[in-house]
Amino acid sequence: MARKAKKTTTKRKAAKQNKRTKATRRLSAISDRRAKSNRRTGAKPAKRDASKTNRRTKATRRATAKPTRRVRPRRRAQVKRAPVRRSGTKKPTFMGWRRKNGRVGIRNHVIILPLDDLSNAASESVANNIKGTLAIPHSYGRLQFGEDLELHFRTLIGTGSNPNVAAVIVIGIEPEWTGRVVRGIAKTGKPVTGFAIEKHGDIKTVANASRKAKEYLQWASELERQKCQVKDLWVSVKCGESDTTSGLASNPTVGNFIDKFDAWGATTCFGETSEITGAELNCAARGKTKKIGQKFLNTWQAYMDEVIEPHKTDDLSDSQPTKGNIEGGLTTIEEKAFGNLEKIGKKTRYIDVLGPAEAPKKGRGLYFMDSSSAAAECVTLQAAAGFVVHLFPTGQGNIIGNPIEPVIKLSANPRTVRTMGEHVDLDVSGILRREMTLNKAGEALIDITMRTCNGRLTAAETLGHREFVLTKLYRSA
Amino acid sequence: MAGPHYIVHDKTDSVGVVVVEGVKKGQMLTGWVMQGNKTVRMKCLNTIPIGHKIALAPMKKGDTILKYGHDIGKAVAAIKKGGHVHVQNLKTKRW
Repeated sequence: MARKAKKTTTKRKAAKQNKRTKATRRLSAISDRRAKSNRRTGAKPAKRDASKTNRRTKATRRATAKPTRRVRPRRRAQVKRAPVRRSGTKKPTFMGWRRKNGRVGIRNHVIILPLDDLSNAASESVANNIKGTLAIPHSYGRLQFGEDLELHFRTLIGTGSNPNVAAVIVIGIEPEWTGRVVRGIAKTGKPVTGFAIEKHGDIKTVANASRKAKEYLQWASELERQKCQVKDLWVSVKCGESDTTSGLASNPTVGNFIDKFDAWGATTCFGETSEITGAELNCAARGKTKKIGQKFLNTWQAYMDEVIEPHKTDDLSDSQPTKGNIEGGLTTIEEKAFGNLEKIGKKTRYIDVLGPAEAPKKGRGLYFMDSSSAAAECVTLQAAAGFVVHLFPTGQGNIIGNPIEPVIKLSANPRTVRTMGEHVDLDVSGILRREMTLNKAGEALIDITMRTCNGRLTAAETLGHREFVLTKLYRSA
Repeated sequence: MAGPHYIVHDKTDSVGVVVVEGVKKGQMLTGWVMQGNKTVRMKCLNTIPIGHKIALAPMKKGDTILKYGHDIGKAVAAIKKGGHVHVQNLKTKRW
């Protein structure tokens, strides 16, 4: 995001440019502090409401200033200032969109959601007509039945209901199931309209849907961001193309974040049922109560009995761990599982076990979701459950994104950071060089997350990664 | 301070992880035991890629290998101290 300098005072600007000299370092600290106290008194926010762009820029700048502030006291009078200026330990706020149902989003998408594979073409045509809308094509929606069909509806309705989405156009081949998705999304109170192709054809459907999409987009473009708290934020986590650096550094960084955010009342979620194998008892012990831990074990066991055992042809080496995991030095599923579990921190306990794409119902806290360990499938389910920002540690360099939930990537593997830098939002390889503590890494992750919430585009967003992959439980009828 | 060549997570672990590129056979390596924050040294017997494991003690076939202080599988071949530990000599006990 481009930072506009027009609101920056000359003093601050100069201080930032010369932050290496001792005198200016002190100067910029003072101006930072001043800016901060202005924020506290509420003098500035009123001004900020003047225009949307300015507000967003300001928020980004505020977040950007954090690491500078943190580094300074360490090299100078540590005892005097460190406790006051530790920005990462201070509970941050962000500017988000509060939806009618009270949930908070960090993006403001108008999506064109096909009910089924047949409606992808029309959906993409509408998104092509109305610039700034987003089509989310996928492969399923025909002749599904039973639990698999329920999951299909839950995922589509959940995607449309996610607070990162302002309004929705649903396009389906016929009106009945299209209407079911529309009614599901309408419960959030957001604008949603369905269009069926039968009896109209693609061209007429695209024309009608495009008019509605234009109306929604212009309406959404005038919605304003408001100041929101960490407790309004729903954060999901899942790692991918993990290697041994994930378990040693990038996953524990996410764990540090989760411990802090849990204490601040955020709603968070981890998953990957198959990938807990080997550490399932340790995971069960992290349930809030014995009953919740047992619920996790039952979910895990059911996956083993119903999916792995009947279908496996070998010990799953090459699939779990993946070829990439093995290249990165991970050898067994147990080793991968213990590294994976580092993501839930040292003390946070999960308060419930969710089905795939099921929205949390027990209030704020950490949840486990029964899900695939494949990146796009898992994040799609978490986004459908209502999570608005995702933390994704990677070792070898998974490049996944999601159409509606920004995916923040962090890596501790110096080779990945060097060779695939454009995919990495946060480099925590300093942990492995003993240059960065886990706590510092956790603070850096909070910083980049809050900047993302305030509007900074993730690497995956800029590169156009919009992997939307529905979980299919079995063959269609 | 130069960073370590390999990192050991728990004091009780039987393997460490090489965290730098270009570790060569016969090289003297510096390791960091995270639990307890201790620095250790060891000679490396193989060329080990970044991210791959190194044995901290000799192991016999059938021995349980510990990482994060937990069972991560069994040795399926004898492994010497300083040797490369991976799919050729370590297998899961699951699946």
